[in-house]
Amino acid sequence: MHADIRAGVRDVSPLLLGIAPFGLVAGIASVEAGLDFAQAVGMSIIVFAGASQLAALELIGANAPFAVVVATAVVINLRVVMYSASIAPYFADYGERLRAGLAYVLTDQAYALSIAEFTTAETERSRFRYYLGVATPLWIVWQISTVIGFVLGAGVPEEWGLTFAVPLVFLALLVPAMKDRPTTVAGAVGGVAALLAVGVPFNLGLLVGATAGIVAGLIVEGVT
Amino acid sequence: MADAAVIATGTTAMSDRRIWLAIVLIGVATYGFRYSFIHLFGRIDEVPPTVKRVLRYVPAAVLAALVVPDLVTLRPTVTATLLDERLIAGAVAGVVAWRTENVFATIGVGMLTLWVVRFIVFA
Repeated sequence: MHADIRAGVRDVSPLLLGIAPFGLVAGIASVEAGLDFAQAVGMSIIVFAGASQLAALELIGANAPFAVVVATAVVINLRVVMYSASIAPYFADYGERLRAGLAYVLTDQAYALSIAEFTTAETERSRFRYYLGVATPLWIVWQISTVIGFVLGAGVPEEWGLTFAVPLVFLALLVPAMKDRPTTVAGAVGGVAALLAVGVPFNLGLLVGATAGIVAGLIVEGVT
Repeated sequence: MADAAVIATGTTAMSDRRIWLAIVLIGVATYGFRYSFIHLFGRIDEVPPTVKRVLRYVPAAVLAALVVPDLVTLRPTVTATLLDERLIAGAVAGVVAWRTENVFATIGVGMLTLWVVRFIVFA
Protein backbone atom coordinates (compact mmCIF):
# COMPACT_ATOMS: atom_id res chain seq x y z
CA MET A 1 0.00 0.00 0.00
CA HIS A 2 1.25 3.48 -0.90
CA ALA A 3 2.50 5.51 2.11
CA ASP A 4 0.06 8.37 1.36
CA ILE A 5 -2.89 5.95 1.36
CA ARG A 6 -1.58 4.49 4.62
CA ALA A 7 -1.48 7.97 6.17
CA GLY A 8 -5.17 8.40 5.35
CA VAL A 9 -6.06 4.96 6.72
CA ARG A 10 -4.14 5.74 9.92
CA ASP A 11 -5.90 9.09 10.41
CA VAL A 12 -9.38 7.70 9.75
CA SER A 13 -9.09 4.59 11.94
CA PRO A 14 -10.30 6.27 15.18
CA LEU A 15 -13.37 7.54 13.29
CA LEU A 16 -14.32 4.03 12.16
CA LEU A 17 -15.37 3.34 15.74
CA GLY A 18 -17.94 6.10 15.42
CA ILE A 19 -19.15 4.93 12.00
CA ALA A 20 -19.69 1.29 12.96
CA PRO A 21 -22.50 1.88 15.51
CA PHE A 22 -24.03 4.43 13.12
CA GLY A 23 -24.07 1.79 10.37
CA LEU A 24 -25.43 -0.82 12.78
CA VAL A 25 -28.25 1.57 13.62
CA ALA A 26 -28.94 2.18 9.92
CA GLY A 27 -29.17 -1.59 9.39
CA ILE A 28 -31.51 -2.06 12.34
CA ALA A 29 -33.62 0.91 11.19
CA SER A 30 -33.87 -0.68 7.72
CA VAL A 31 -35.47 -3.78 9.25
CA GLU A 32 -37.84 -1.66 11.31
CA ALA A 33 -38.83 0.41 8.27
CA GLY A 34 -39.77 -2.78 6.43
CA LEU A 35 -36.94 -2.83 3.88
CA ASP A 36 -35.72 -6.17 2.58
CA PHE A 37 -32.02 -7.09 2.60
CA ALA A 38 -31.38 -5.93 -0.98
CA GLN A 39 -33.02 -2.56 -0.28
CA ALA A 40 -31.03 -2.06 2.93
CA VAL A 41 -27.73 -2.83 1.17
CA GLY A 42 -28.81 -0.89 -1.92
CA MET A 43 -29.55 2.19 0.15
CA SER A 44 -26.16 2.10 1.88
CA ILE A 45 -24.34 1.73 -1.45
CA ILE A 46 -26.44 4.14 -3.56
CA VAL A 47 -27.03 6.87 -0.97
CA PHE A 48 -24.01 6.30 1.33
CA ALA A 49 -24.93 9.15 3.70
CA GLY A 50 -25.85 8.16 7.25
CA ALA A 51 -27.95 11.03 8.54
CA SER A 52 -30.16 11.15 5.46
CA GLN A 53 -30.51 7.34 5.35
CA LEU A 54 -31.69 7.34 8.96
CA ALA A 55 -34.13 10.18 8.31
CA ALA A 56 -35.51 8.44 5.21
CA LEU A 57 -35.90 5.13 7.07
CA GLU A 58 -37.69 6.82 9.95
CA LEU A 59 -40.12 8.48 7.55
CA ILE A 60 -40.68 5.29 5.52
CA GLY A 61 -41.45 3.47 8.79
CA ALA A 62 -43.92 6.21 9.73
CA ASN A 63 -45.66 5.85 6.32
CA ALA A 64 -44.78 9.43 5.40
CA PRO A 65 -45.66 10.60 1.88
CA PHE A 66 -43.14 9.57 -0.79
CA ALA A 67 -42.25 13.18 -1.63
CA VAL A 68 -41.51 14.01 2.02
CA VAL A 69 -39.21 10.99 2.38
CA VAL A 70 -37.18 11.97 -0.68
CA ALA A 71 -37.17 15.72 -0.01
CA THR A 72 -36.08 15.37 3.62
CA ALA A 73 -33.24 12.99 2.83
CA VAL A 74 -32.08 15.18 -0.05
CA VAL A 75 -32.20 18.40 1.99
CA ILE A 76 -30.13 16.86 4.79
CA ASN A 77 -27.41 16.15 2.22
CA LEU A 78 -27.39 19.70 0.82
CA ARG A 79 -24.47 20.47 3.15
CA VAL A 80 -22.33 18.22 0.95
CA VAL A 81 -22.46 20.94 -1.73
CA MET A 82 -20.42 23.06 0.68
CA TYR A 83 -17.90 20.25 1.17
CA SER A 84 -17.74 19.81 -2.60
CA ALA A 85 -17.01 23.52 -3.08
CA SER A 86 -14.47 23.53 -0.26
CA ILE A 87 -12.49 20.50 -1.41
CA ALA A 88 -12.85 21.08 -5.19
CA PRO A 89 -9.77 23.33 -5.59
CA TYR A 90 -7.56 20.55 -4.20
CA PHE A 91 -8.85 18.09 -6.81
CA ALA A 92 -8.84 20.57 -9.72
CA ASP A 93 -5.70 19.10 -11.30
CA TYR A 94 -7.12 15.58 -11.57
CA GLY A 95 -8.91 14.15 -14.60
CA GLU A 96 -12.69 14.12 -14.92
CA ARG A 97 -13.05 10.39 -14.30
CA LEU A 98 -10.96 10.39 -11.13
CA ARG A 99 -12.83 13.42 -9.78
CA ALA A 100 -16.18 11.76 -10.55
CA GLY A 101 -15.02 8.76 -8.52
CA LEU A 102 -13.63 10.83 -5.65
CA ALA A 103 -16.97 12.67 -5.39
CA TYR A 104 -18.87 9.43 -4.66
CA VAL A 105 -17.10 8.89 -1.31
CA LEU A 106 -17.28 12.52 -0.13
CA THR A 107 -18.70 12.31 3.42
CA ASP A 108 -18.56 14.47 6.57
CA GLN A 109 -15.63 12.47 7.89
CA ALA A 110 -13.71 12.18 4.62
CA TYR A 111 -14.14 15.92 4.10
CA ALA A 112 -13.13 16.94 7.63
CA LEU A 113 -9.95 14.85 7.70
CA SER A 114 -8.89 15.60 4.13
CA ILE A 115 -9.41 19.35 4.32
CA ALA A 116 -7.37 19.41 7.54
CA GLU A 117 -4.58 17.51 5.76
CA PHE A 118 -4.72 19.64 2.59
CA THR A 119 -4.72 22.99 4.41
CA THR A 120 -2.16 22.28 7.15
CA ALA A 121 0.07 19.49 5.84
CA GLU A 122 3.81 20.17 5.90
CA THR A 123 4.44 17.07 3.80
CA GLU A 124 3.80 16.80 0.06
CA ARG A 125 1.37 13.91 0.13
CA SER A 126 -0.64 12.89 -2.90
CA ARG A 127 -4.06 14.35 -2.23
CA PHE A 128 -6.21 11.74 -3.93
CA ARG A 129 -4.24 8.90 -2.31
CA TYR A 130 -4.62 10.39 1.16
CA TYR A 131 -8.32 11.11 0.49
CA LEU A 132 -8.96 7.55 -0.72
CA GLY A 133 -7.04 6.23 2.28
CA VAL A 134 -9.55 8.07 4.45
CA ALA A 135 -12.70 7.47 2.40
CA THR A 136 -12.33 3.79 1.45
CA PRO A 137 -12.25 2.37 5.02
CA LEU A 138 -15.25 4.57 5.84
CA TRP A 139 -17.11 3.10 2.87
CA ILE A 140 -16.17 -0.51 3.74
CA VAL A 141 -17.03 -0.17 7.44
CA TRP A 142 -20.31 1.54 6.55
CA GLN A 143 -21.38 -1.28 4.22
CA ILE A 144 -20.33 -4.07 6.60
CA SER A 145 -21.90 -2.48 9.67
CA THR A 146 -25.16 -1.84 7.80
CA VAL A 147 -25.31 -5.53 6.84
CA ILE A 148 -24.52 -6.63 10.41
CA GLY A 149 -27.16 -4.24 11.73
CA PHE A 150 -29.74 -5.65 9.34
CA VAL A 151 -28.91 -9.24 10.30
CA LEU A 152 -28.97 -8.48 14.02
CA GLY A 153 -32.27 -6.72 13.50
CA ALA A 154 -33.58 -5.30 16.71
CA GLY A 155 -31.09 -7.40 18.71
CA VAL A 156 -29.16 -4.41 20.05
CA PRO A 157 -31.09 -3.02 23.03
CA GLU A 158 -32.26 0.50 22.25
CA GLU A 159 -31.60 1.77 25.78
CA TRP A 160 -27.84 1.52 25.14
CA GLY A 161 -28.28 4.57 22.94
CA LEU A 162 -25.59 3.61 20.42
CA THR A 163 -26.76 6.34 18.03
CA PHE A 164 -25.28 8.81 20.52
CA ALA A 165 -21.86 7.91 19.10
CA VAL A 166 -22.84 9.90 15.99
CA PRO A 167 -22.98 13.41 17.53
CA LEU A 168 -19.87 12.47 19.53
CA VAL A 169 -17.99 11.92 16.27
CA PHE A 170 -19.16 15.26 14.93
CA LEU A 171 -18.23 16.90 18.26
CA ALA A 172 -14.70 15.51 18.07
CA LEU A 173 -14.41 17.04 14.58
CA LEU A 174 -16.06 20.33 15.56
CA VAL A 175 -13.73 21.27 18.41
CA PRO A 176 -10.54 21.47 16.30
CA ALA A 177 -12.51 23.25 13.53
CA MET A 178 -13.14 26.15 15.95
CA LYS A 179 -9.51 27.24 15.82
CA ASP A 180 -9.75 31.06 16.09
CA ARG A 181 -12.30 33.72 17.04
CA PRO A 182 -14.28 33.95 13.78
CA THR A 183 -14.53 30.16 13.37
CA THR A 184 -15.51 29.80 17.04
CA VAL A 185 -18.28 32.36 16.58
CA ALA A 186 -19.35 30.58 13.37
CA GLY A 187 -19.68 27.33 15.33
CA ALA A 188 -21.47 28.89 18.31
CA VAL A 189 -23.97 30.81 16.19
CA GLY A 190 -24.45 27.86 13.80
CA GLY A 191 -25.22 25.51 16.68
CA VAL A 192 -27.63 27.83 18.49
CA ALA A 193 -29.41 28.82 15.27
CA ALA A 194 -29.81 25.15 14.27
CA LEU A 195 -31.25 24.41 17.73
CA LEU A 196 -33.76 27.26 17.47
CA ALA A 197 -34.68 26.10 13.96
CA VAL A 198 -35.32 22.48 15.01
CA GLY A 199 -39.05 22.81 14.39
CA VAL A 200 -38.58 24.03 10.81
CA PRO A 201 -40.03 21.42 8.42
CA PHE A 202 -37.98 19.13 6.17
CA ASN A 203 -34.94 19.37 8.47
CA LEU A 204 -34.13 22.78 7.00
CA GLY A 205 -32.94 23.74 10.50
CA LEU A 206 -29.51 22.35 9.71
CA LEU A 207 -29.11 24.59 6.68
CA VAL A 208 -30.55 27.61 8.52
CA GLY A 209 -28.06 27.08 11.34
CA ALA A 210 -25.09 26.53 9.04
CA THR A 211 -25.89 29.65 7.02
CA ALA A 212 -26.29 31.75 10.18
CA GLY A 213 -22.95 30.45 11.45
CA ILE A 214 -21.12 31.27 8.22
CA VAL A 215 -22.59 34.80 8.13
CA ALA A 216 -21.63 35.33 11.79
CA GLY A 217 -18.07 34.19 11.09
CA LEU A 218 -17.78 36.62 8.16
CA ILE A 219 -19.13 39.49 10.28
CA VAL A 220 -16.64 38.82 13.10
CA GLU A 221 -13.83 38.52 10.54
CA GLY A 222 -14.85 41.91 9.11
CA VAL A 223 -14.94 43.56 12.54
CA THR A 224 -11.61 42.31 13.86
CA MET B 1 -54.80 7.67 -9.94
CA ALA B 2 -54.37 5.40 -6.92
CA ASP B 3 -50.68 6.32 -6.68
CA ALA B 4 -51.47 10.02 -6.45
CA ALA B 5 -53.89 9.32 -3.62
CA VAL B 6 -51.18 7.39 -1.79
CA ILE B 7 -48.71 10.26 -2.22
CA ALA B 8 -51.27 12.80 -1.06
CA THR B 9 -52.49 10.97 2.04
CA GLY B 10 -49.41 8.95 2.91
CA THR B 11 -51.58 6.42 4.70
CA THR B 12 -50.39 3.33 2.85
CA ALA B 13 -47.01 1.69 3.42
CA MET B 14 -44.61 2.18 0.53
CA SER B 15 -44.45 -0.57 -2.05
CA ASP B 16 -41.10 -2.23 -2.86
CA ARG B 17 -40.90 -0.32 -6.13
CA ARG B 18 -41.50 3.00 -4.39
CA ILE B 19 -38.81 2.27 -1.81
CA TRP B 20 -36.35 1.51 -4.62
CA LEU B 21 -37.40 4.68 -6.43
CA ALA B 22 -36.85 6.73 -3.25
CA ILE B 23 -33.40 5.16 -2.73
CA VAL B 24 -32.38 5.92 -6.31
CA LEU B 25 -33.71 9.51 -6.25
CA ILE B 26 -31.99 10.28 -2.94
CA GLY B 27 -28.80 8.65 -4.20
CA VAL B 28 -28.75 10.53 -7.50
CA ALA B 29 -29.41 13.88 -5.80
CA THR B 30 -26.74 13.20 -3.16
CA TYR B 31 -24.18 12.26 -5.78
CA GLY B 32 -25.08 15.42 -7.69
CA PHE B 33 -24.34 17.48 -4.56
CA ARG B 34 -21.03 15.68 -4.01
CA TYR B 35 -19.88 16.06 -7.59
CA SER B 36 -21.26 19.62 -8.14
CA PHE B 37 -18.28 21.82 -7.39
CA ILE B 38 -15.68 19.09 -7.82
CA HIS B 39 -16.96 18.92 -11.40
CA LEU B 40 -17.20 22.70 -11.89
CA PHE B 41 -13.82 23.67 -10.46
CA GLY B 42 -12.11 21.55 -13.06
CA ARG B 43 -13.03 24.32 -15.50
CA ILE B 44 -12.14 27.22 -13.24
CA ASP B 45 -8.50 28.20 -12.58
CA GLU B 46 -8.84 30.04 -9.32
CA VAL B 47 -11.36 29.95 -6.50
CA PRO B 48 -12.85 33.44 -6.10
CA PRO B 49 -11.54 35.03 -2.83
CA THR B 50 -15.10 35.64 -1.62
CA VAL B 51 -15.91 31.95 -1.98
CA LYS B 52 -12.71 31.08 -0.11
CA ARG B 53 -13.65 33.41 2.75
CA VAL B 54 -17.10 31.86 3.02
CA LEU B 55 -15.75 28.31 2.87
CA ARG B 56 -13.44 28.97 5.82
CA TYR B 57 -16.49 28.94 8.10
CA VAL B 58 -18.28 25.94 6.59
CA PRO B 59 -16.78 23.17 8.77
CA ALA B 60 -17.37 24.88 12.15
CA ALA B 61 -20.86 26.12 11.20
CA VAL B 62 -22.11 22.85 9.67
CA LEU B 63 -20.63 20.55 12.32
CA ALA B 64 -22.10 22.71 15.10
CA ALA B 65 -25.49 22.75 13.34
CA LEU B 66 -25.33 18.93 13.21
CA VAL B 67 -24.18 18.46 16.81
CA VAL B 68 -26.12 20.97 18.93
CA PRO B 69 -29.68 19.81 18.10
CA ASP B 70 -28.52 16.23 18.83
CA LEU B 71 -27.24 17.20 22.29
CA VAL B 72 -29.75 19.82 23.38
CA THR B 73 -33.52 19.60 23.66
CA LEU B 74 -35.18 22.85 24.66
CA ARG B 75 -37.67 22.21 27.50
CA PRO B 76 -40.04 24.54 29.40
CA THR B 77 -37.56 25.21 32.23
CA VAL B 78 -33.81 25.89 32.24
CA THR B 79 -33.27 23.10 34.79
CA ALA B 80 -35.13 20.55 32.67
CA THR B 81 -33.13 21.62 29.63
CA LEU B 82 -29.77 21.35 31.44
CA LEU B 83 -30.51 18.09 33.29
CA ASP B 84 -30.52 16.10 30.08
CA GLU B 85 -28.41 12.95 29.77
CA ARG B 86 -27.30 13.81 26.25
CA LEU B 87 -26.33 17.37 27.16
CA ILE B 88 -24.38 16.21 30.23
CA ALA B 89 -22.60 13.46 28.28
CA GLY B 90 -22.01 15.84 25.38
CA ALA B 91 -20.53 18.50 27.66
CA VAL B 92 -18.13 16.01 29.24
CA ALA B 93 -17.19 14.66 25.79
CA GLY B 94 -16.70 18.23 24.56
CA VAL B 95 -14.14 18.89 27.30
CA VAL B 96 -12.35 15.65 26.40
CA ALA B 97 -12.37 16.63 22.70
CA TRP B 98 -10.97 20.05 23.56
CA ARG B 99 -8.21 18.78 25.93
CA THR B 100 -7.14 15.68 23.99
CA GLU B 101 -8.35 16.19 20.37
CA ASN B 102 -8.69 12.40 20.41
CA VAL B 103 -11.78 10.93 18.71
CA PHE B 104 -11.53 7.55 20.47
CA ALA B 105 -11.37 9.23 23.90
CA THR B 106 -14.22 11.59 23.02
CA ILE B 107 -16.56 8.76 21.97
CA GLY B 108 -15.49 6.49 24.85
CA VAL B 109 -15.93 9.08 27.58
CA GLY B 110 -19.14 10.41 26.00
CA MET B 111 -20.81 6.98 25.76
CA LEU B 112 -19.63 6.04 29.27
CA THR B 113 -21.02 9.29 30.70
CA LEU B 114 -24.34 8.68 28.92
CA TRP B 115 -24.60 5.19 30.41
CA VAL B 116 -23.62 6.37 33.91
CA VAL B 117 -26.20 9.14 33.82
CA ARG B 118 -28.90 6.97 32.26
CA PHE B 119 -28.47 3.73 34.22
CA ILE B 120 -27.11 5.00 37.56
CA VAL B 121 -27.75 8.70 38.21
CA PHE B 122 -31.20 9.10 36.63
CA ALA B 123 -32.24 5.47 37.08
